[in-house]
Amino acid sequence: MSGFEFVLGLGDDALVAAQRLAQWCARAPELEEDVALANIALDQLGAARLLLGYAGELEGEGRDEDALAYLRTDREYRNVLLVELPDRDFAVLMAKLLFLSAWQRLRYEDLAAGDDERLAGIAAKAVKESAYHLDHSALWTVRLGDGTDESHARMQRAVDEVWPYTHELLAEAPHLRANWLSTVDGVLAEATLRRPDDGWRPGGGRDGRHTEALSYLLAEMQVLHRAYPGARW
Amino acid sequence: MPEWPLWEVFVRPRRGLSHTHVGSLHAPDAALALRNARDLFTRRQEGVSIWVVPAAAITASSPDEKDSFFDPAADKVYRHPTFYEVPDGVQHL
Repeated sequence: MSGFEFVLGLGDDALVAAQRLAQWCARAPELEEDVALANIALDQLGAARLLLGYAGELEGEGRDEDALAYLRTDREYRNVLLVELPDRDFAVLMAKLLFLSAWQRLRYEDLAAGDDERLAGIAAKAVKESAYHLDHSALWTVRLGDGTDESHARMQRAVDEVWPYTHELLAEAPHLRANWLSTVDGVLAEATLRRPDDGWRPGGGRDGRHTEALSYLLAEMQVLHRAYPGARW
Repeated sequence: MPEWPLWEVFVRPRRGLSHTHVGSLHAPDAALALRNARDLFTRRQEGVSIWVVPAAAITASSPDEKDSFFDPAADKVYRHPTFYEVPDGVQHL
């Protein structure tokens, strides 16, 4: 049996990542990439729905997935900061997705073999999707990193910017760190990118202390439900 | 930004069937063309195998040549095996 806060954190990571990815719809470089990113966003949303639904049951206070998604403020969200960071450009999006999906794949693999059967079922479904997200972001990281001078510089800057936020991600399951590093190192090396030095370690997302970016993201995600509670298509 | 090249996509619906042309897409290279094809054409379990081919690598017959290419076949019934009668007593045909 897992704790409410733990499952909520996993669900919030997926939900906020889904919302960020969805913001690329109609803004990616080509129609084909729009569809690919929307696919990944929907995978994350699917995992988020299952996780939040389960979290609500664990809490036992009658909150369903919608209540948890639409009726909590930023302070009540438990996602890591990495997923809420604004995607300043396509390189930042890919750096975030690379680090997140490499992590989610290991994490879900681990949970799929765990004692909590309900969580294991959700994780077993999500792990195949994470492998695909990792594949997609790795391909782009390599193409941008080992591309033109401009794309290399921007991809390196994105990796440098996002890197500090990976510590919060890894802190939760230190036994997966070596495996995560070897995946990420392999991609960065192929992309001719430098792995940044470890320094600043921002955190606090799991305790509800977020960047201001999350408030804007939630405002957009929640506005309809808050204005018209229970609205349906 | 220069536009990504065009790729033709072929999907095999299940084992034992041939790959069939399903459409085309844009992608910067073959690996990404394959991923894009997966996202665009096999979202609903349409296939078990995908081929992508650069559209520029395909040499196609021209609609202008339709008459000389295809019409002559119309009145040559002897090209069909059913045109021929098999003589009685032929054993190894």
